[in-house]
Order: sequence, then C-alpha cells, then structure tokens
Amino acid sequence: MTVLVAVALTVVALAGTAVVLADAPERQAVTLAVFGVTLVVLFVVLQAPDVALSELGIGTAIVPLMVMLTIRTMWKDRQQRERREDRRSEGDA
Amino acid sequence: MAIYAYLVAGYLILIGCFGIIRSRHLVHAVVCLSIAQAGTYVLLIAIGYQAGGASAPVFGSTTKPNKHVVDPVVQAMALTDIVVSATVTALLLALAIQINKRQGTVDPDELAALKG
Amino acid sequence: MTRPARLIIFLLGGGVVAVAFVLATLDLPHFGSDHHPYRDLSVPAAVQHGTANVVSAVNFDQRAIDTFGEESILIASVVGAAALLRPSREETERRVPDLGRTLESTRLIGYVLLPITLVLGMDVVAHGGTTPGGGFQGGVILATGLHLLYVVGSYPALDRLRPVVPFEIADGAGAASFAVVGLIGLGSTGAFLGNFLPFGQFGQILSTGTVQVLSGVVGVEVVGGMVVLLSSFFEQEIAVRPEDR
Repeated sequence: MTVLVAVALTVVALAGTAVVLADAPERQAVTLAVFGVTLVVLFVVLQAPDVALSELGIGTAIVPLMVMLTIRTMWKDRQQRERREDRRSEGDA
Repeated sequence: MAIYAYLVAGYLILIGCFGIIRSRHLVHAVVCLSIAQAGTYVLLIAIGYQAGGASAPVFGSTTKPNKHVVDPVVQAMALTDIVVSATVTALLLALAIQINKRQGTVDPDELAALKG
Repeated sequence: MTRPARLIIFLLGGGVVAVAFVLATLDLPHFGSDHHPYRDLSVPAAVQHGTANVVSAVNFDQRAIDTFGEESILIASVVGAAALLRPSREETERRVPDLGRTLESTRLIGYVLLPITLVLGMDVVAHGGTTPGGGFQGGVILATGLHLLYVVGSYPALDRLRPVVPFEIADGAGAASFAVVGLIGLGSTGAFLGNFLPFGQFGQILSTGTVQVLSGVVGVEVVGGMVVLLSSFFEQEIAVRPEDR
C-alpha cells in the first residue's frame, strides 16, 4: 500500500468526521461537498474512474444543493408559521 | 497495515450511525446517513483494488486488453449505488420538509407523532 | 428513550460491531491482493463482446438485470419525492422576479460554460462503452449543467429552459425503453436483456451491441429524474406560498 493511498484514506476519514461533528445542517452542506471531493480523489487513486465521475456529480453538486434548498424551505416555512401565529394572536387580543 | 482501508470504511459507517443517533435535526441525520453510505462504497472499491501497478478496467489504444486490472464488478456496483442513493436522500429530505410543515419542528426528540 | 440511554446502547452495540468487523477483515484477502476471481471471469467476457470499458459491460451486459432494478428504484424515488413536494390545496405558486445581483463575470462564465457542459455530458453518455463514463455519469453531468443557469442568477431563464413535463416524460420513457430493449433481447437471444446487436471493431463506439443503447437510455432517464427532483425542491423553496386568508 503506497503512501498516496494511505494519505487519501486518512483525509477521507477526517472529512467524514468533520461532516458528522458539524452541528448545524447549513454548515454540513459545504463540508459534505468537501467530503465528496476527498472521496473522488480516493477513487481516482484506487483506479476507479467511473465511480469517481459518478461521485463528483452527485456528492459535490446535487446532494449539497438539495440539502441547502431543504434548509431554506424550512426557514421560510417556519417564518410563515410565526407570522400567521402573530396575526392570529393580534386578532384575539 | 494491510487492512487499513477496510478499517477506514468501517469507521465511516460507524461514525455515520453515531451522527444519526446524536442528531437534533432531521436534515443532519440524513447527511450522516449519506456518510455511512459512503463508507460502504469505500469498502467495495477497497476490496477490488490490486496493488503493484494494476490499471483501471478500461482498455484503449495505449492499454491492450490484459488481466492486470482492478476488479470491475465492484466498481459497477458502487457507481449505480451512488446515483440511486442520491435520489433516496432526496426522498428523505422531501419527507423532512413535509414534517416541518405539519409539526413545526424537526427535532427528533420533540416529534410528537413518533411517540408511542 | 432519553438521549444518554441511547448513547450508552449505541456505544455497547457499536463496540460489538467494531470488534466483529475487525475480526472479519482479518480474514479477507489483504488490501491489494491478487485474488480477484470475478475480474478473471468478467474481463475476457467483456473483450469478447467488444466492449472496451469493462465496468459498462458489467453494468449493461453481464449484470444488466441489476441495473434494471436500480433504475426502477431511481424512478420510484423521483415519483415519491415529487409527490411529497407537490403544492397542496392551501398553497399557490407565485411568479418569481428576476434576481439581478450577480457579477457580470459570473454571468459570462455561466453562459459560456453552459453549452460546453451539455456537450461534455452528451459525449460522456455516447462514449460509455469505450471510455470511462456511461449513462449514469453523463446524465448527472447533463442535469447539473442545466442548473448553471440558476447559478448565474436567473431562475426564470432556468424555468423557461427546462419545462418540467418533457423531463417527466423523458424519465418514464427511459425506464420503459430499458424494459423494451430487454424484451427484444428475450425474443432474439432467448435471455432477457441479452446482447443482440452486432459487435464491431473493438474500441469503436458502435462495437458494443446493446451496451451503447442501454447506456443512452439510462442517460435519458437519469437526466429526467434529476431535473424533476431538483425542480420540485426549487419550486418549494422559491415559488410556493400559502394563500393569505
């Protein structure tokens, strides 16, 4: 096992730990993209170009985009809920 | 050191599960599930690897067909798995959006509908 | 179950799993060994069918039935997510104003890179049998390339360029075509998804038989699926608003 493979594996493990330990989901979106890039480097070093192409499109572009859209939708829905509750309590008062 | 790659794969799976049980936000749990899935891809590709200068299983004008390549079967499994797991992640995120709309919270500890 | 209790149970269970995993990996052939029986069988079979990319041969020729199952999962999840994110009775969609706050250089790069990315994606799908690539990868590149228009700040342009209904039709048509090619293979070679087209010279695009056709069909399906998925998320985030009563 060469040094390159060992370094790539270690970087993947560190990036994975960073994603899990990031508490806020909006921070996880960017760290997930970085984790995707480290996985792509690992797959290329392990002579798997097809898998690397697949992971590049999915793990760095599509999944972080969906995570960010989900978080923004949840913020927006939460704001609207609060606005509706304020209006309802004003109507009662 | 011959099993370091398998240990990294197992570590990713376990830390993904750890993230899921400790999470306070459904989206955080879905992302940790993604990490656990990535651990299985690393395990598959690591099983197929051959050291000593083996090349990728694609032949062309410079690489004549030979048998000194890495295993193509596990790569085929991993690559369809990556694309399909992205759509399953999308399904879980859509569920989380609807839960947020109906219940007003996405903290797994507070979700009332899940209590027995 | 309280949080500390969950953590303790996980540490116990996770500890047992970790120990069992380490003991199991000590019995596997060590990392980088020579012992790959599947490779010794599948590489000669792929070369015999004229496919230079052995991974595509495994995906679309030798284990095509697995790919059929995977793309069924894909279309099922896309349908499920689109159904979950459909605007409900209490919500309406509103027109989105053109957001004009991106830098001119970002817009230029986006507009220049858009046709390049689309052509690159189609090239990756078309050369799936001979170079690294194929339907799955090329479809993802195409779907991501279309959304460059969103990055340059123009959601209405993206909306105009990707009407959702043709992509939904493409998704379903791709999934159905896979089954149709399989049935034609059943009719002509006696095996479902058998390779029935003629093999040509090794290394050319048209030399791989049905691998090329199935790769193109899967590419169409993946583009349709990803665009429908992303458009559902975009609609929820940008356009859907509850009716003000």
